[in-house]
Amino acid sequence: MKDNFYENIKVSVILTSLYLVLLSGCKNKESDTIELNKVNTENEVSIGTAQTNDYAVEAPPFSDGIFPCTDCHKNLIPNPVRRVLVDWHDDISAMFNHDSENRWCLDCHDLKNRDSLRLASGKLLDFKESYKLCGQCHGEKYRDWKVGVHGQRTGEWNGKKEYLLCVNCHNPHSPKFRELTPEAPPIMQEDIK
Amino acid sequence: MKNENSRRSFIKNISLATFSALALSGCNTKAFDDFLQQNFKTLSKKEKDIIIKNLGIKYKEKYGKEFHISDKPAIDGTLFGYALDLSRCVGCRRCVYACVKENNQSREPQIHWIEVLQMEKERGIDFAHSTAQYNPEKVPEKGYFYVPVQCQQCKNPPCVKVCPVKATWQEPDGITVIDYNWCIGCRYCMAACPYGARHFNWGEPDVPVEELNTEVHYLGNRPRMKGVVEKCTFCIQRTREGKYPACVEICPVGARKFGNLLDPDSEIRYILENKRVLILKQELNTQPKFYYFFGI
Repeated sequence: MKDNFYENIKVSVILTSLYLVLLSGCKNKESDTIELNKVNTENEVSIGTAQTNDYAVEAPPFSDGIFPCTDCHKNLIPNPVRRVLVDWHDDISAMFNHDSENRWCLDCHDLKNRDSLRLASGKLLDFKESYKLCGQCHGEKYRDWKVGVHGQRTGEWNGKKEYLLCVNCHNPHSPKFRELTPEAPPIMQEDIK
Repeated sequence: MKNENSRRSFIKNISLATFSALALSGCNTKAFDDFLQQNFKTLSKKEKDIIIKNLGIKYKEKYGKEFHISDKPAIDGTLFGYALDLSRCVGCRRCVYACVKENNQSREPQIHWIEVLQMEKERGIDFAHSTAQYNPEKVPEKGYFYVPVQCQQCKNPPCVKVCPVKATWQEPDGITVIDYNWCIGCRYCMAACPYGARHFNWGEPDVPVEELNTEVHYLGNRPRMKGVVEKCTFCIQRTREGKYPACVEICPVGARKFGNLLDPDSEIRYILENKRVLILKQELNTQPKFYYFFGI
Protein backbone atom coordinates (compact mmCIF):
# COMPACT_ATOMS: atom_id res chain seq x y z
CA MET A 1 0.00 0.00 0.00
CA LYS A 2 2.75 2.40 1.01
CA ASP A 3 4.77 1.46 -2.06
CA ASN A 4 1.82 2.20 -4.17
CA PHE A 5 1.37 5.60 -2.51
CA TYR A 6 4.95 6.61 -3.31
CA GLU A 7 4.53 5.27 -6.78
CA ASN A 8 1.52 7.55 -7.22
CA ILE A 9 3.37 10.59 -5.95
CA LYS A 10 6.25 9.82 -8.27
CA VAL A 11 3.94 9.57 -11.23
CA SER A 12 2.14 12.76 -10.40
CA VAL A 13 5.41 14.65 -9.91
CA ILE A 14 6.63 13.45 -13.27
CA LEU A 15 3.35 14.36 -14.90
CA THR A 16 3.32 17.82 -13.34
CA SER A 17 6.85 18.57 -14.40
CA LEU A 18 6.11 17.34 -17.89
CA TYR A 19 3.09 19.61 -18.00
CA LEU A 20 5.16 22.54 -16.81
CA VAL A 21 7.81 21.88 -19.42
CA LEU A 22 5.16 21.69 -22.09
CA LEU A 23 3.55 24.86 -20.85
CA SER A 24 6.78 26.79 -20.82
CA GLY A 25 7.61 25.44 -24.26
CA CYS A 26 4.30 26.70 -25.62
CA LYS A 27 4.79 30.02 -23.94
CA ASN A 28 8.18 30.44 -25.55
CA LYS A 29 6.78 29.65 -28.92
CA GLU A 30 3.99 32.14 -28.45
CA SER A 31 6.32 34.93 -27.48
CA ASP A 32 8.49 34.06 -30.47
CA THR A 33 5.63 34.50 -32.88
CA ILE A 34 4.60 37.74 -31.23
CA GLU A 35 8.15 38.96 -31.67
CA LEU A 36 8.06 37.99 -35.32
CA ASN A 37 4.74 39.68 -35.89
CA LYS A 38 6.00 42.80 -34.28
CA VAL A 39 8.97 42.82 -36.59
CA ASN A 40 6.77 42.26 -39.58
CA THR A 41 4.33 45.02 -38.82
CA GLU A 42 7.06 47.52 -38.24
CA ASN A 43 8.89 48.88 -41.21
CA GLU A 44 10.59 45.80 -42.67
CA VAL A 45 13.77 47.71 -43.17
CA SER A 46 14.70 48.05 -39.54
CA ILE A 47 15.33 44.38 -38.95
CA GLY A 48 18.40 42.86 -37.38
CA THR A 49 18.81 45.60 -34.87
CA ALA A 50 21.87 44.41 -33.07
CA GLN A 51 23.43 47.01 -30.83
CA THR A 52 26.25 47.64 -33.20
CA ASN A 53 24.34 47.96 -36.45
CA ASP A 54 20.85 48.96 -37.51
CA TYR A 55 20.71 46.75 -40.58
CA ALA A 56 21.29 43.06 -41.15
CA VAL A 57 24.33 43.26 -43.36
CA GLU A 58 26.92 40.97 -44.82
CA ALA A 59 30.30 40.97 -43.14
CA PRO A 60 32.80 43.55 -44.41
CA PRO A 61 34.99 42.01 -47.14
CA PHE A 62 38.39 42.22 -45.47
CA SER A 63 41.38 40.78 -47.29
CA ASP A 64 42.75 37.70 -45.55
CA GLY A 65 44.62 38.43 -42.35
CA ILE A 66 44.25 42.20 -42.55
CA PHE A 67 41.90 42.55 -39.62
CA PRO A 68 42.23 43.40 -36.76
CA CYS A 69 44.50 46.24 -37.78
CA THR A 70 45.93 46.50 -34.28
CA ASP A 71 47.77 43.21 -34.83
CA CYS A 72 50.40 45.24 -36.64
CA HIS A 73 49.58 48.79 -35.66
CA LYS A 74 49.89 48.31 -31.90
CA ASN A 75 53.67 48.21 -32.35
CA LEU A 76 53.83 51.26 -34.59
CA ILE A 77 54.04 54.90 -33.61
CA PRO A 78 51.12 56.72 -35.26
CA ASN A 79 52.17 59.28 -37.80
CA PRO A 80 49.44 61.80 -38.63
CA VAL A 81 51.32 63.43 -41.51
CA ARG A 82 49.70 63.01 -44.86
CA ARG A 83 51.92 61.02 -47.21
CA VAL A 84 51.93 58.33 -49.85
CA LEU A 85 52.45 54.94 -48.23
CA VAL A 86 55.33 53.04 -49.75
CA ASP A 87 56.56 50.20 -47.56
CA TRP A 88 53.14 48.93 -46.46
CA HIS A 89 49.60 49.34 -47.84
CA ASP A 90 51.30 50.44 -51.03
CA ASP A 91 48.70 48.48 -53.01
CA ILE A 92 46.03 50.75 -51.57
CA SER A 93 48.08 53.84 -52.30
CA ALA A 94 48.45 52.68 -55.88
CA MET A 95 44.77 52.16 -56.50
CA PHE A 96 43.44 54.94 -54.29
CA ASN A 97 40.94 56.87 -56.33
CA HIS A 98 38.33 58.26 -54.00
CA ASP A 99 38.69 62.01 -54.08
CA SER A 100 42.42 61.39 -53.71
CA GLU A 101 43.14 65.05 -54.22
CA ASN A 102 41.54 65.98 -50.93
CA ARG A 103 41.50 62.86 -48.86
CA TRP A 104 43.72 60.17 -47.43
CA CYS A 105 43.69 57.27 -44.93
CA LEU A 106 42.94 59.23 -41.77
CA ASP A 107 39.82 60.85 -43.19
CA CYS A 108 38.04 57.53 -42.68
CA HIS A 109 40.40 55.51 -40.48
CA ASP A 110 41.11 56.54 -36.92
CA LEU A 111 44.64 57.38 -35.91
CA LYS A 112 44.43 55.94 -32.42
CA ASN A 113 41.79 53.25 -32.64
CA ARG A 114 43.01 51.34 -35.64
CA ASP A 115 40.17 48.83 -35.55
CA SER A 116 37.60 51.57 -35.98
CA LEU A 117 36.45 53.86 -38.68
CA ARG A 118 35.96 57.51 -37.96
CA LEU A 119 33.24 59.93 -38.95
CA ALA A 120 34.02 63.52 -39.83
CA SER A 121 32.70 64.44 -36.40
CA GLY A 122 35.35 62.26 -34.79
CA LYS A 123 32.85 59.65 -33.73
CA LEU A 124 34.26 56.12 -33.93
CA LEU A 125 32.45 53.55 -36.01
CA ASP A 126 32.57 49.80 -36.30
CA PHE A 127 33.49 48.41 -39.71
CA LYS A 128 30.05 46.76 -39.78
CA GLU A 129 28.47 50.20 -39.86
CA SER A 130 30.66 51.61 -42.59
CA TYR A 131 27.52 52.66 -44.53
CA LYS A 132 27.18 55.56 -42.10
CA LEU A 133 30.63 56.72 -43.06
CA CYS A 134 29.83 56.49 -46.78
CA GLY A 135 26.52 58.23 -46.12
CA GLN A 136 28.27 61.35 -44.85
CA CYS A 137 29.03 62.36 -48.43
CA HIS A 138 26.75 60.13 -50.46
CA GLY A 139 23.53 61.11 -48.74
CA GLU A 140 21.26 60.35 -51.66
CA LYS A 141 22.71 56.90 -52.12
CA TYR A 142 22.47 56.27 -48.39
CA ARG A 143 18.82 57.29 -48.44
CA ASP A 144 18.05 54.96 -51.36
CA TRP A 145 20.10 52.15 -49.85
CA LYS A 146 18.15 52.36 -46.60
CA VAL A 147 14.84 51.84 -48.38
CA GLY A 148 16.33 49.10 -50.54
CA VAL A 149 16.45 50.93 -53.86
CA HIS A 150 20.22 51.30 -54.13
CA GLY A 151 22.13 48.06 -54.10
CA GLN A 152 21.53 44.38 -54.25
CA ARG A 153 18.91 42.95 -51.96
CA THR A 154 18.22 39.39 -50.91
CA GLY A 155 15.80 37.86 -48.46
CA GLU A 156 12.03 38.23 -48.68
CA TRP A 157 10.02 40.89 -50.44
CA ASN A 158 7.45 40.74 -47.64
CA GLY A 159 9.72 39.92 -44.72
CA LYS A 160 13.29 39.83 -43.59
CA LYS A 161 15.69 41.47 -45.99
CA GLU A 162 19.43 41.23 -46.15
CA TYR A 163 21.56 44.17 -47.10
CA LEU A 164 25.02 44.36 -48.50
CA LEU A 165 27.42 46.96 -47.18
CA CYS A 166 28.48 49.64 -49.67
CA VAL A 167 31.94 48.08 -49.56
CA ASN A 168 30.66 44.64 -50.60
CA CYS A 169 30.23 46.06 -54.12
CA HIS A 170 32.39 49.19 -54.14
CA ASN A 171 36.02 49.06 -53.16
CA PRO A 172 36.17 51.88 -50.60
CA HIS A 173 39.57 52.96 -51.91
CA SER A 174 38.47 52.93 -55.54
CA PRO A 175 34.69 52.90 -55.53
CA LYS A 176 33.84 52.96 -59.22
CA PHE A 177 31.92 49.79 -60.01
CA ARG A 178 34.14 47.28 -61.77
CA GLU A 179 33.50 46.23 -65.36
CA LEU A 180 32.06 42.77 -65.87
CA THR A 181 32.51 40.06 -68.46
CA PRO A 182 29.11 39.47 -70.03
CA GLU A 183 27.56 36.03 -70.26
CA ALA A 184 27.10 34.51 -73.71
CA PRO A 185 24.70 36.28 -76.07
CA PRO A 186 21.55 34.41 -77.12
CA ILE A 187 21.66 32.19 -80.19
CA MET A 188 20.60 34.10 -83.30
CA GLN A 189 17.17 33.20 -84.53
CA GLU A 190 18.54 32.02 -87.85
CA ASP A 191 20.94 29.66 -86.08
CA ILE A 192 18.19 27.82 -84.22
CA LYS A 193 17.79 24.37 -85.72
CA MET B 1 -35.76 17.78 -85.44
CA LYS B 2 -35.78 14.05 -85.14
CA ASN B 3 -33.11 13.83 -87.79
CA GLU B 4 -30.82 16.19 -85.92
CA ASN B 5 -31.32 14.28 -82.71
CA SER B 6 -30.35 11.06 -84.31
CA ARG B 7 -27.26 12.60 -85.85
CA ARG B 8 -26.27 13.94 -82.47
CA SER B 9 -26.70 10.59 -80.84
CA PHE B 10 -24.75 9.00 -83.67
CA ILE B 11 -21.80 11.28 -82.99
CA LYS B 12 -22.13 10.65 -79.30
CA ASN B 13 -22.15 6.92 -79.79
CA ILE B 14 -19.28 6.86 -82.19
CA SER B 15 -17.10 8.96 -79.91
CA LEU B 16 -17.97 6.75 -76.96
CA ALA B 17 -17.08 3.73 -79.06
CA THR B 18 -13.76 5.29 -80.03
CA PHE B 19 -12.90 6.14 -76.47
CA SER B 20 -13.76 2.69 -75.21
CA ALA B 21 -11.85 1.13 -78.07
CA LEU B 22 -8.87 3.30 -77.12
CA ALA B 23 -9.20 2.29 -73.51
CA LEU B 24 -9.57 -1.37 -74.36
CA SER B 25 -6.68 -1.38 -76.77
CA GLY B 26 -4.42 -0.83 -73.76
CA CYS B 27 -3.57 2.77 -74.58
CA ASN B 28 -1.69 4.41 -71.71
CA THR B 29 -4.39 5.48 -69.28
CA LYS B 30 -2.25 8.31 -67.96
CA ALA B 31 -1.96 9.81 -71.41
CA PHE B 32 -5.69 9.37 -71.68
CA ASP B 33 -6.19 11.21 -68.38
CA ASP B 34 -3.92 13.98 -69.61
CA PHE B 35 -5.99 14.21 -72.74
CA LEU B 36 -9.21 14.60 -70.79
CA GLN B 37 -7.76 17.01 -68.21
CA GLN B 38 -9.72 20.23 -67.94
CA ASN B 39 -8.42 23.80 -67.85
CA PHE B 40 -6.52 24.24 -64.59
CA LYS B 41 -8.56 27.28 -63.67
CA THR B 42 -11.78 25.26 -63.61
CA LEU B 43 -10.46 22.41 -61.47
CA SER B 44 -11.46 21.74 -57.87
CA LYS B 45 -8.86 21.46 -55.14
CA LYS B 46 -9.28 17.68 -55.13
CA GLU B 47 -8.81 17.40 -58.87
CA LYS B 48 -5.73 19.61 -58.72
CA ASP B 49 -4.22 17.45 -55.99
CA ILE B 50 -4.69 14.30 -58.06
CA ILE B 51 -3.22 15.93 -61.17
CA ILE B 52 -0.22 17.23 -59.25
CA LYS B 53 0.37 13.84 -57.64
CA ASN B 54 0.31 12.13 -61.03
CA LEU B 55 2.55 14.80 -62.49
CA GLY B 56 5.06 14.15 -59.71
CA ILE B 57 5.07 10.45 -60.59
CA LYS B 58 5.47 11.30 -64.26
CA TYR B 59 8.44 13.58 -63.60
CA LYS B 60 9.99 10.97 -61.34
CA GLU B 61 9.78 8.41 -64.14
CA LYS B 62 11.05 10.83 -66.74
CA TYR B 63 13.87 12.56 -64.83
CA GLY B 64 14.50 10.24 -61.88
CA LYS B 65 14.08 13.13 -59.45
CA GLU B 66 11.54 14.02 -56.78
CA PHE B 67 9.77 17.24 -57.70
CA HIS B 68 8.02 19.48 -55.25
CA ILE B 69 5.11 20.79 -57.29
CA SER B 70 3.18 23.68 -55.81
CA ASP B 71 -0.14 25.10 -56.88
CA LYS B 72 -0.09 27.82 -54.25
CA PRO B 73 -2.67 30.49 -55.10
CA ALA B 74 -2.07 34.23 -54.98
CA ILE B 75 -1.50 35.75 -51.54
CA ASP B 76 -4.39 38.05 -50.58
CA GLY B 77 -3.65 41.73 -50.89
CA THR B 78 -0.75 41.41 -53.28
CA LEU B 79 -0.22 42.87 -56.71
CA PHE B 80 3.28 42.29 -57.89
CA GLY B 81 5.30 45.03 -59.51
CA TYR B 82 8.83 45.16 -60.83
CA ALA B 83 11.25 47.99 -61.36
CA LEU B 84 14.51 48.03 -63.25
CA ASP B 85 17.11 50.72 -62.84
CA LEU B 86 18.32 51.69 -66.33
CA SER B 87 21.05 53.86 -64.88
CA ARG B 88 22.61 50.82 -63.18
CA CYS B 89 22.16 47.91 -65.60
CA VAL B 90 25.52 47.07 -67.19
CA GLY B 91 24.22 44.39 -69.56
CA CYS B 92 26.12 41.47 -67.99
CA ARG B 93 23.28 38.98 -68.67
CA ARG B 94 23.60 37.32 -65.25
CA CYS B 95 19.82 37.61 -64.97
CA VAL B 96 19.25 35.78 -68.26
CA TYR B 97 21.05 32.67 -67.13
CA ALA B 98 19.83 32.76 -63.53
CA CYS B 99 16.33 32.76 -64.99
CA VAL B 100 17.10 29.88 -67.34
CA LYS B 101 18.34 27.82 -64.43
CA GLU B 102 15.60 28.71 -61.98
CA ASN B 103 12.81 28.22 -64.46
CA ASN B 104 13.97 25.08 -66.29
CA GLN B 105 14.13 26.73 -69.68
CA SER B 106 15.18 24.57 -72.60
CA ARG B 107 18.91 24.79 -73.35
CA GLU B 108 18.54 23.23 -76.78
CA PRO B 109 16.63 24.63 -78.58
CA GLN B 110 17.55 27.66 -76.54
CA ILE B 111 14.86 29.65 -74.76
CA HIS B 112 15.57 32.83 -72.81
CA TRP B 113 12.76 34.59 -70.99
CA ILE B 114 14.92 37.68 -70.52
CA GLU B 115 16.44 39.50 -73.46
CA VAL B 116 18.93 42.24 -72.72
CA LEU B 117 18.89 44.89 -75.42
CA GLN B 118 21.85 47.14 -75.99
CA MET B 119 20.86 50.62 -77.11
CA GLU B 120 22.81 53.62 -78.24
CA LYS B 121 22.77 56.51 -75.81
CA GLU B 122 22.43 58.91 -78.70
CA ARG B 123 19.23 57.29 -79.93
CA GLY B 124 17.58 56.66 -76.61
CA ILE B 125 15.07 53.84 -76.29
CA ASP B 126 14.84 52.67 -79.87
CA PHE B 127 14.00 49.02 -80.38
CA ALA B 128 14.63 49.11 -84.12
CA HIS B 129 18.29 49.92 -83.59
CA SER B 130 18.86 47.78 -80.54
CA THR B 131 20.62 44.44 -80.40
CA ALA B 132 20.68 41.48 -78.02
CA GLN B 133 23.78 40.04 -79.70
CA TYR B 134 26.41 42.38 -78.27
CA ASN B 135 29.43 40.47 -77.03
CA PRO B 136 32.38 42.64 -75.97
CA GLU B 137 35.14 41.65 -73.53
CA LYS B 138 33.74 43.85 -70.81
CA VAL B 139 30.49 45.64 -70.19
CA PRO B 140 29.20 48.32 -70.04
CA GLU B 141 30.44 49.59 -73.39
CA LYS B 142 30.98 53.28 -73.83
CA GLY B 143 28.10 55.07 -75.50
CA TYR B 144 25.56 52.32 -74.84
CA PHE B 145 22.95 51.52 -72.26
CA TYR B 146 21.06 48.31 -71.62
CA VAL B 147 17.36 47.52 -71.43
CA PRO B 148 16.50 44.02 -70.25
CA VAL B 149 13.09 43.00 -71.52
CA GLN B 150 10.95 40.19 -70.18
CA CYS B 151 7.23 39.68 -69.60
CA GLN B 152 5.91 43.08 -68.54
CA GLN B 153 2.99 41.54 -66.62
CA CYS B 154 0.54 43.96 -68.23
CA LYS B 155 -2.60 44.99 -66.40
CA ASN B 156 -4.27 44.88 -69.78
CA PRO B 157 -2.54 41.89 -71.37
CA PRO B 158 -3.13 41.45 -75.11
CA CYS B 159 -1.82 37.88 -74.93
CA VAL B 160 -4.65 36.88 -72.61
CA LYS B 161 -7.21 38.54 -74.83
CA VAL B 162 -6.25 36.62 -77.95
CA CYS B 163 -5.91 33.13 -76.51
CA PRO B 164 -8.65 31.12 -78.21
CA VAL B 165 -8.78 28.47 -75.49
CA LYS B 166 -8.22 30.59 -72.36
CA ALA B 167 -5.03 28.70 -71.57
CA THR B 168 -3.44 31.91 -70.30
CA TRP B 169 -4.87 34.31 -67.77
CA GLN B 170 -4.01 36.92 -65.19
CA GLU B 171 -3.93 35.75 -61.59
CA PRO B 172 -5.24 37.93 -58.72
CA ASP B 173 -1.66 38.94 -57.82
CA GLY B 174 -1.18 40.25 -61.34
CA ILE B 175 0.94 37.42 -62.74
CA THR B 176 -0.10 36.21 -66.17
CA VAL B 177 0.27 32.43 -66.21
CA ILE B 178 -0.12 29.61 -68.71
CA ASP B 179 -1.70 26.20 -68.24
CA TYR B 180 0.76 24.27 -70.40
CA ASN B 181 -1.60 21.31 -70.57
CA TRP B 182 -4.39 23.46 -71.97
CA CYS B 183 -2.20 25.42 -74.42
CA ILE B 184 -2.76 24.29 -78.00
CA GLY B 185 0.37 25.97 -79.32
CA CYS B 186 -1.36 28.31 -81.76
CA ARG B 187 1.07 31.11 -80.81
CA TYR B 188 -1.55 33.86 -81.15
CA CYS B 189 -0.30 35.19 -77.81
CA MET B 190 3.21 35.50 -79.19
CA ALA B 191 1.92 37.54 -82.08
CA ALA B 192 -0.10 39.72 -79.73
CA CYS B 193 2.69 40.42 -77.24
CA PRO B 194 4.40 43.71 -78.14
CA TYR B 195 7.44 42.85 -76.02
CA GLY B 196 8.47 39.53 -77.55
CA ALA B 197 8.17 38.07 -74.08
CA ARG B 198 6.52 34.78 -75.00
CA HIS B 199 8.51 31.84 -76.28
CA PHE B 200 7.49 28.67 -78.04
CA ASN B 201 8.87 25.19 -77.51
CA TRP B 202 9.60 24.31 -81.12
CA GLY B 203 11.31 21.14 -80.02
CA GLU B 204 11.22 18.82 -77.02
CA PRO B 205 12.74 21.02 -74.29
CA ASP B 206 16.17 19.80 -73.24
CA VAL B 207 17.33 20.56 -69.70
CA PRO B 208 20.28 18.63 -68.23
CA VAL B 209 18.82 16.46 -65.44
CA GLU B 210 21.47 17.57 -62.95
CA GLU B 211 20.52 21.21 -63.56
CA LEU B 212 16.76 20.71 -63.15
CA ASN B 213 15.17 22.87 -60.50
CA THR B 214 12.81 20.56 -58.65
CA GLU B 215 11.08 23.32 -56.69
CA VAL B 216 8.35 24.10 -59.18
CA HIS B 217 4.94 25.70 -59.51
CA TYR B 218 2.30 24.14 -61.71
CA LEU B 219 1.68 27.44 -63.49
CA GLY B 220 5.34 28.39 -63.63
CA ASN B 221 8.63 26.60 -63.95
CA ARG B 222 7.58 22.96 -64.08
CA PRO B 223 9.18 21.14 -67.01
CA ARG B 224 7.29 21.97 -70.20
CA MET B 225 6.64 19.92 -73.29
CA LYS B 226 7.07 20.45 -77.01
CA GLY B 227 4.45 22.63 -78.62
CA VAL B 228 3.56 24.98 -75.77
CA VAL B 229 4.23 28.65 -75.07
CA GLU B 230 6.06 29.84 -71.98
CA LYS B 231 7.17 33.11 -70.40
CA CYS B 232 8.33 34.90 -67.27
CA THR B 233 6.02 34.47 -64.28
CA PHE B 234 7.95 36.73 -61.86
CA CYS B 235 9.25 33.37 -60.54
CA ILE B 236 5.80 32.47 -59.23
CA GLN B 237 7.28 29.50 -57.36
CA ARG B 238 9.51 31.87 -55.39
CA THR B 239 7.48 35.05 -55.07
CA ARG B 240 4.38 33.34 -53.70
CA GLU B 241 6.64 31.97 -50.98
CA GLY B 242 7.88 35.45 -50.13
CA LYS B 243 11.18 35.22 -51.96
CA TYR B 244 12.51 37.59 -54.58
CA PRO B 245 12.61 36.47 -58.22
CA ALA B 246 15.88 34.82 -59.25
CA CYS B 247 16.84 37.73 -61.52
CA VAL B 248 16.48 40.20 -58.65
CA GLU B 249 18.79 38.21 -56.41
CA ILE B 250 21.47 37.60 -59.00
CA CYS B 251 21.75 41.15 -60.35
CA PRO B 252 25.30 42.21 -59.40
CA VAL B 253 24.51 45.91 -59.66
CA GLY B 254 21.21 45.75 -57.78
CA ALA B 255 19.30 47.18 -60.72
CA ARG B 256 16.30 44.92 -60.24
CA LYS B 257 13.63 45.66 -57.66
CA PHE B 258 10.50 43.77 -56.83
CA GLY B 259 7.59 44.08 -54.44
CA ASN B 260 3.93 44.47 -53.66
CA LEU B 261 2.31 47.46 -55.36
CA LEU B 262 -0.47 47.44 -52.75
CA ASP B 263 1.96 47.86 -49.85
CA PRO B 264 2.74 51.57 -49.41
CA ASP B 265 5.98 50.72 -47.58
CA SER B 266 7.39 48.47 -50.29
CA GLU B 267 10.52 49.22 -52.29
CA ILE B 268 8.52 49.25 -55.48
CA ARG B 269 6.12 51.90 -54.16
CA TYR B 270 9.05 54.02 -53.03
CA ILE B 271 10.42 53.91 -56.55
CA LEU B 272 7.10 54.80 -58.15
CA GLU B 273 6.64 57.70 -55.78
CA ASN B 274 10.18 59.08 -55.77
CA LYS B 275 11.88 58.23 -59.06
CA ARG B 276 11.38 59.05 -62.72
CA VAL B 277 9.64 56.00 -64.11
CA LEU B 278 8.80 54.86 -67.61
CA ILE B 279 7.04 51.89 -69.13
CA LEU B 280 7.74 50.38 -72.53
CA LYS B 281 5.38 51.07 -75.44
CA GLN B 282 3.06 53.10 -73.27
CA GLU B 283 0.99 54.09 -76.33
CA LEU B 284 -0.33 50.53 -76.66
CA ASN B 285 -2.25 50.77 -73.39
CA THR B 286 -0.96 47.43 -72.18
CA GLN B 287 -0.30 49.01 -68.78
CA PRO B 288 2.80 47.06 -67.74
CA LYS B 289 3.55 46.42 -64.08
CA PHE B 290 7.22 46.37 -65.08
CA TYR B 291 8.68 49.82 -64.62
CA TYR B 292 12.00 51.19 -65.76
CA PHE B 293 13.52 53.98 -63.74
CA PHE B 294 16.58 56.13 -63.31
CA GLY B 295 18.04 55.56 -59.88
CA ILE B 296 20.71 58.22 -60.16
